[in-house]
Amino acid sequence: MEDFIIIFLLSLLTITAVAIIFMRNMLSVIMLGSIYSLLSAVIFVVLDAVDVAFTEAAVGAGISSVLFLSAFAVTGKRQVLKQKNKLIALITVSLTAAALLYATSDMPYVGDPNSPAQTHVASRYIEQSGSEIGIPNIVTSVLASYRGFDTLGEVAVVFTAMIAVLLLLLRREEDQEIDREK
Amino acid sequence: MIAAALVAIMIVMLIALIRTCIGPSLFDRILAINTFSTATVLMISLYGFFNQRPEFLDIAIVYAMINFIGTVALLKLHRFDDLGHDGDET
Repeated sequence: MEDFIIIFLLSLLTITAVAIIFMRNMLSVIMLGSIYSLLSAVIFVVLDAVDVAFTEAAVGAGISSVLFLSAFAVTGKRQVLKQKNKLIALITVSLTAAALLYATSDMPYVGDPNSPAQTHVASRYIEQSGSEIGIPNIVTSVLASYRGFDTLGEVAVVFTAMIAVLLLLLRREEDQEIDREK
Repeated sequence: MIAAALVAIMIVMLIALIRTCIGPSLFDRILAINTFSTATVLMISLYGFFNQRPEFLDIAIVYAMINFIGTVALLKLHRFDDLGHDGDET
C-alpha cells in the first residue's frame, strides 16, 4: 500500500510539473506550484520525514506562494513571451537532467542501513543525545545543540532576507502615498 | 476500511488536480486548490491511522491553517490588485 501511495503521488507530481510547463496564465502557475509543494509534503510524510514535510508545506505552499503573489502584484500581470534560444535551453536542461540521473545511480537506497547517513554520527545521536542534551526529540537536539552554530547562521540569513523583503514592500507603499498626494 | 478511504482521497486529489489544470476561470482553480489542500490534510491524518501512529494529527491541523493563507492572498490580489491593500472599499 505504501509503495502504491508513493507511486500515485509521484505520478500526480509529474502531471503537475508538466501542467506548470504548458500553463500560460501566471496565477494558475502559482497555484499549481502550491499544489506541487503540498504533494511533496505528503510524500515526505509517507517517507516518515515529518519535520521536512512541515517545512515544505509552510515554506513551499504557504510563504512562497504568497511571496510570488506579492511579486506579481508589484510587477504587474503582463508577461512578455520571448521565443528564442529554445534549443540552447533544451540542451542545457537535458544535460543537467542526464547528469542528475547519473548521480542518482551512486546514491544509497531509501532506508539502507549501510548508507553514510546512518553509519556516520546518527548512531551516537540515537544512543547518547538523551543523556548529553536531555531533549526527547532527537531531531530537535541535533538542530538546536549539535548543529547549533549552523542553525544560528541559518537564522541570521533568514532574518536578513526578511528585512530586505520588508524594506522592498514598505518602499512601495511610500511611493504610492507620494503618488496619491500628487 | 482506512485503506479504502485513502484510495478515495487519492481519487479526489486526481480529480481536483485535473480541474486545476483545465479549469476555465480563476475561481474554478481556487476551489480546486482548496479541495486539493483539504484532501492533503485528510490524507496525512488517515495515513497516520493507517500506520497505527496517529501522532501526526496536529501537523495535519496546522496544514489546514497554512492552506487558508494562500487562498486569502489569492482572493485579495484578485479583489484589490495589491497585497498591501488595507481593505477599505474605495
